[in-house]
Amino acid sequence: MALKGLDIFKLSPKKNCKECGSPTCMAFSMKVAQGAVSIDACPYFSEDAKAALNEATAPPMKTIKVGAGDKELALGGETVLFRHEKTFVSKTRYAVSLCSCMDDATIDAKLAEIPHVDYERIGERMFVEMVYVNYAPESGAEKYLELVKKAAALDRVLVLGCTDVEVAKQAVELVKASKPVLNGADASNYAEMSAVATAAGVVLGVRGADVNELYDTVAALEKLGNKNLMIDVGVNSVKDAFATAVQFRKAAIKDSNRTCGYPSIVRVGELAKGDKHLQAALTSVFTMKYGSVIVLDQMTYAEALPLYGLRQNVFTDPQKPMKVEPGIYPLNGADENSICVTTVDFALTYFVVSGELERSGVPCNLIINDAGGLSVLTSWAAGKFSATTISKFFAEADIEGKVKSRKLVIPGKVAVLKGELEAKLPGWEIIIAPNEAVQLVKFMKDLTA
Amino acid sequence: MPFTAKSGKFNAKINAVEVGTGDKKITIGGENVLPFYTFDDAIANAPKVGIEITDGGLDNEPECVKKFYEGCTSVVDMAKKAATFEGVDFLSIRLEGGDPNGLNKPTEELVALVKEVAEAVDLPLAVCGCKNVEKDAELLDKVSAALEGRNAMILAAKEENYKNVGASAGLAYKQIVGAESAVDINLAKQLNVLLTQLGVNGQNVVMNVGTAAAGYGFEYVVSTMDRIKAAALSQNDTTLQMPIVTPVASEVWGVKEAVASEADMPEWGSQEERGIDMEVETAAAVLASGSNAVILKHPESVKTISKLIKELV
Repeated sequence: MALKGLDIFKLSPKKNCKECGSPTCMAFSMKVAQGAVSIDACPYFSEDAKAALNEATAPPMKTIKVGAGDKELALGGETVLFRHEKTFVSKTRYAVSLCSCMDDATIDAKLAEIPHVDYERIGERMFVEMVYVNYAPESGAEKYLELVKKAAALDRVLVLGCTDVEVAKQAVELVKASKPVLNGADASNYAEMSAVATAAGVVLGVRGADVNELYDTVAALEKLGNKNLMIDVGVNSVKDAFATAVQFRKAAIKDSNRTCGYPSIVRVGELAKGDKHLQAALTSVFTMKYGSVIVLDQMTYAEALPLYGLRQNVFTDPQKPMKVEPGIYPLNGADENSICVTTVDFALTYFVVSGELERSGVPCNLIINDAGGLSVLTSWAAGKFSATTISKFFAEADIEGKVKSRKLVIPGKVAVLKGELEAKLPGWEIIIAPNEAVQLVKFMKDLTA
Repeated sequence: MPFTAKSGKFNAKINAVEVGTGDKKITIGGENVLPFYTFDDAIANAPKVGIEITDGGLDNEPECVKKFYEGCTSVVDMAKKAATFEGVDFLSIRLEGGDPNGLNKPTEELVALVKEVAEAVDLPLAVCGCKNVEKDAELLDKVSAALEGRNAMILAAKEENYKNVGASAGLAYKQIVGAESAVDINLAKQLNVLLTQLGVNGQNVVMNVGTAAAGYGFEYVVSTMDRIKAAALSQNDTTLQMPIVTPVASEVWGVKEAVASEADMPEWGSQEERGIDMEVETAAAVLASGSNAVILKHPESVKTISKLIKELV
């Protein structure tokens, strides 16, 4: 929340000593309010006043870091409720859960399955980034600690789901260097759990029987000085979990209620009660609305392919278009003799065009130009998709050395480029495609018939 | 100190549109809160789930869907069977075969089929055109006439053919007019305005604001729907208060994640599971963004999304 210059002035030393570089304390306060200078430029602000100001100028939702080294993930830190208002900053992370209640065979199968989903999509590595290790008291502490060790070997960020303080302490001790999340504080144990988490320097997950108990427990932990927290939205019901996730996020961002301003943990596996398709649907809902870490029972390619695509879409910055890497994309088993089709590197264009080309079943080389990530007409209007840029790209990428076909299909919307392209790319036959991608299937079939 | 959330209830609300007739009639829309925000106020009508069949019958379905229609020999048989699946609120028939660039089936043949289907089932109906704007102008006009009295959703009038489709479905035969635009709040608004200027009652309009499969430019779908709901509810923009109906099946059963065979992509596993998850994850996401109804293909997806809606509302 923006703080007014006058509020800062009230806390200032009012000495007008000019040591900060400003002529008066009033002028300095105004600059601080605008964010032009740091408050630390004044040597006389009392620590108490600084703390009070930092509190007031802190963002509504905390950015919480979990994991260590190159595995570190940032959660939360959002400033808006809808992506079109600015952008979302920290994408949802997915965890697969293990439980000490499982038999060894199940655990081994799951451990083997977790690394299976691992692929790249538009420059982003898609894999299960976290593993949730749940403690079931009936299994005994020893089995749990063994499981934590096994899970740690996967080298993913761990979430330790454990409400037993003694067991949690031992588990955290085993893996604290990797900065796991300890998800186990509730109304009955929060002080002890907080001590365990703080001593190990790890994030503490908080849960409650209902939204009020959850809120009070978070407030109590803040009072103890622990603000390295996450909110477990609980597993009472889907409705309650969704309500807590949305209401906390709204309260934090719209009403500046900082007690609500922590990233969330949503255990959709438990909410879906073994219905894997419902689990997939819920994961999708909580990716859209305010799940920071979503815990699933399993992640196969079936769940992952749409899910990671959805996440990549939702968490793109609306001000920056998604781009694909320029180059040659052979489709439908194309080889160097297959016909060439060219378009721009705007991700949406690429997906629509490549999808339709694939549907046509005609082998072709899709050549993606570097057009600044803009759509066909926009990049053409901006001079980033012209006969000159296309021929330049063909030379730079050595298309003629890589492909033997000399037939090039260009988008119907830039049909005007035909003449100029024929001049700049001698030897190539330039063919004009239809205006809309949906017409490509028939066009390609007719072309090669 | 208990947690007190400020209510997010709005004074404006989404239009409540009735589709179908008799006992099976459904109401779409009517809420005055954001999607599934039951903590702000009760949701007047839970989102509805439709099942899609096409004029192409069984031949047109993916293998994994065919088995659910075992024993069906005609499109009418499929319609009857589809009506029995768990979670189905309405039936949607897509007349793909009418496309002049495809099978180019004559209008009379398709209209006769729609009529037969309508006689065989008493569920509320939605009829989707072939996506070719000229053909749809003629086809959907005849379909509207044939379904007179059924209060069906005619999907859809587009900018290019809204006069024909709107006048026929909305004015002459009193059906529910679907207004289809391409993932842009301004285009959606403009088409609604054009339809109402034509004389169509805005209370009898539903919107298809465009969609995509998850991962395929879905961010535009999210932001378009978010902004439409914000304009309709917080700014009381009556030209955007029409409920949103999203045909998901026709988008998702075309992308490679759903249709690539197991032989082509062995590491991806079961094709049926991939298809279902692509359909349910996309449907769940459009519902969370504000769709008041979705149209799906796989019976398992219908059942799952219906369950999801029950859990959330």
